[in-house]
Amino acid sequence: MKTLGVKLSMAVAALAVGLGATPALAEKVKFEFWYGLSGDLGERVQDTCKKFNESQADYQIVCTSQNGYPETVQNAIAAYRAKKHPAIVQVFDGGTLDLMLSGAFVPAKKLMEDNGYKIDWANYFGGIANYYATSKGELYSFPFNSSTAMFYYNVDAFTKAGIEGAPQTWEDVEAAARKLKAAGYACPLGFSFDTWATVEQFSAIHNQPIATKNNGYDGLDTELVINKTKLVDHLTFFKKMTDEGLFVVKTKQLGMDVVPAFTSETCQMIQSSIADHGTVGKTIKPGTKWDVTMLPVWKGTERQNSLVGGASLWVLNNRPEAEYKGAAAFLNFIAQPDMVEWWSTVTGYIPVTKTGFDAMKANGFYDKPAYKGRDKAIASLTFTPTSANTRGIRLGGFPQIRKEISDAMEGIFFGKLTVQAGLDQAVERGNAILRRFEKTYAGRALN
Amino acid sequence: MNKRTVFKSWWLPIAFALPQLLLIFFFFYWPATSVLTWAFSLEPAFGGVGERLFVGWDNFREVFADTEYWRSVSLSLFFAFSATALSMFIAFVLAICVDRQLKGSGLFRFFYIWPYAIAAPAVGLAFRFIFAPESGLIAVVNTWSPDLWNPAKFGSHAMILVIVCFAWKWIGYNFIFMTAGLQSIPRSLIEASAMDGSGPVRRALDLQIPLLAPTLFFLLVLNLTESFVGPDTYGIVDLTTEGGPNKSTDVMVYRIVSEAFRGLNYSGAAAQSLVLIALIMLFTFIQFRYVERRVHYK
Repeated sequence: MKTLGVKLSMAVAALAVGLGATPALAEKVKFEFWYGLSGDLGERVQDTCKKFNESQADYQIVCTSQNGYPETVQNAIAAYRAKKHPAIVQVFDGGTLDLMLSGAFVPAKKLMEDNGYKIDWANYFGGIANYYATSKGELYSFPFNSSTAMFYYNVDAFTKAGIEGAPQTWEDVEAAARKLKAAGYACPLGFSFDTWATVEQFSAIHNQPIATKNNGYDGLDTELVINKTKLVDHLTFFKKMTDEGLFVVKTKQLGMDVVPAFTSETCQMIQSSIADHGTVGKTIKPGTKWDVTMLPVWKGTERQNSLVGGASLWVLNNRPEAEYKGAAAFLNFIAQPDMVEWWSTVTGYIPVTKTGFDAMKANGFYDKPAYKGRDKAIASLTFTPTSANTRGIRLGGFPQIRKEISDAMEGIFFGKLTVQAGLDQAVERGNAILRRFEKTYAGRALN
Repeated sequence: MNKRTVFKSWWLPIAFALPQLLLIFFFFYWPATSVLTWAFSLEPAFGGVGERLFVGWDNFREVFADTEYWRSVSLSLFFAFSATALSMFIAFVLAICVDRQLKGSGLFRFFYIWPYAIAAPAVGLAFRFIFAPESGLIAVVNTWSPDLWNPAKFGSHAMILVIVCFAWKWIGYNFIFMTAGLQSIPRSLIEASAMDGSGPVRRALDLQIPLLAPTLFFLLVLNLTESFVGPDTYGIVDLTTEGGPNKSTDVMVYRIVSEAFRGLNYSGAAAQSLVLIALIMLFTFIQFRYVERRVHYK
């Protein structure tokens, strides 16, 4: 009887909506949001959407996971070409320039001004905002899930090998690796051919350029320079350590990536995203003592801020005007300090605004054992004001360039390439990608 | 003398063929024309009418000048021939065994077809876990001698891995056709030659292979085409080696898809896929022109 009643009332409601008899229901503006996170993190995005829908009565956001960052960009492009695109799309760091030159978006600042929201843009951490801003500092997209690379180490193993404190320099890391090896650990430090920590973050904190023209911020005619910087010495050091069995390659193809290698206590030190902090805590054997610290630097280096990773939210153009009001409301909603805190707590991503971070610090979030150390990511990101080398990396076809660099690393660590020859190869192939991108977007200016 | 059936009306056959023609039009010719326009211009990812730059043959020149591209072509050819040879040879041996009614052949006939029903990415994933050099089932061989098997490190091992993976999936398909073909060979012929004293190998070489030639030719064309340009190849490479180490398994289909969708280089990928279409046409032409001559259908 009850179900019949429900069905009846639903039918009546549907009829009423159809006839436009209940304006309150009919006026709710629906708009779409596509994101790339999946699994546990994808669920948290769904929670965000639910919170927004419950918080107000005017708009309804429909959130769909595209299962992966590159897939989200591909699908958004296909949808945009078919004019069936979502209002908001999540784009990973490497896809930033593709969006910037697409002419297919509404700049963040304009969107919020048009819809009457006052955003304190200076409230975003410089190291985060600059990655998604023009060279003049105007934000084009909203920083959303942000992270940076950290150094994870197993405190129990360190104690057993007689090492005190967190390694601050690569000299410390080498010494620690030798002691760990002597204490019988087969894999003191595990690393993969992912370029993010070893190449990009290394270059930033050592104030080394990745490419000319201020890492591409000042023009599309940029060229890679990673074969002429401190990176050459750094990879030479990695190669030497690998040959001595102190550093060990861990990749998916070999059977185990770096994070599982750390949580299974196969390897005692790794470089990985702060976003893995939650995963490590959940999967490592309970009771194991481990910690994170900022990425090491070479002795005598003046440390710079590290780069932000993760993704930002772009608002695409050519949608009905009403949807932009909803999009602006949603973006304003997730920037509120309580939402920032909730998001950071449940995911492990860092808060993107200063007020969000201060609020979390004030209520003792970082003193809780499970979250201890996450504030070091903020410390790393804000270590210095951003320089030309630490603002971000603005290269066309960047995902392909990353692939070329990691291919070269495969050649260096597994093949017969020397470090210099490998990096020369990556630079040559990467530059070909950059020239092609420059030609394709010859008619469009970089701001 | 051939008897030919002639349909008087012209619209009936067209009506019958129409669904197929429409499918080909919408899913092949239409996309192919847009690939054609992209290949001769520089297409920005999000489009942008009026800005598209016509560049003539530039994209093709760039593709041909790239040494990596030619390496990819030779890798693809090597992969296609090896995978085809391996899968057809094993399928043939299995089919002969089943045809000889060896013990348990009924059961095996049932099981051999299964691999074909599994999607290529799933096969790739399973093979990655089984053949992972450090944690897979095969890891035990590396305890005998380090790096005896390491597809993450050696390009040759990675190539073997993808070939085996592809062959494993296609053996079942080839097996079914070959078994059916073998069963249509009159028993009396086999029995007569057996009584004349020829063993199974001799019978296979002199009797079964020549009589099976049309089936074998069909499978050859299909296997070569499928391994050269097929979605199975892409799925397997994507999940096992991702084209590595250092591009040792960067076959043409994988290269095109990753350049188009990961690198958003639509025009370069379009030019490459046109070259691929031309190559496969040439490939098939050669097979029909020179191999099919030696096939007797009657």
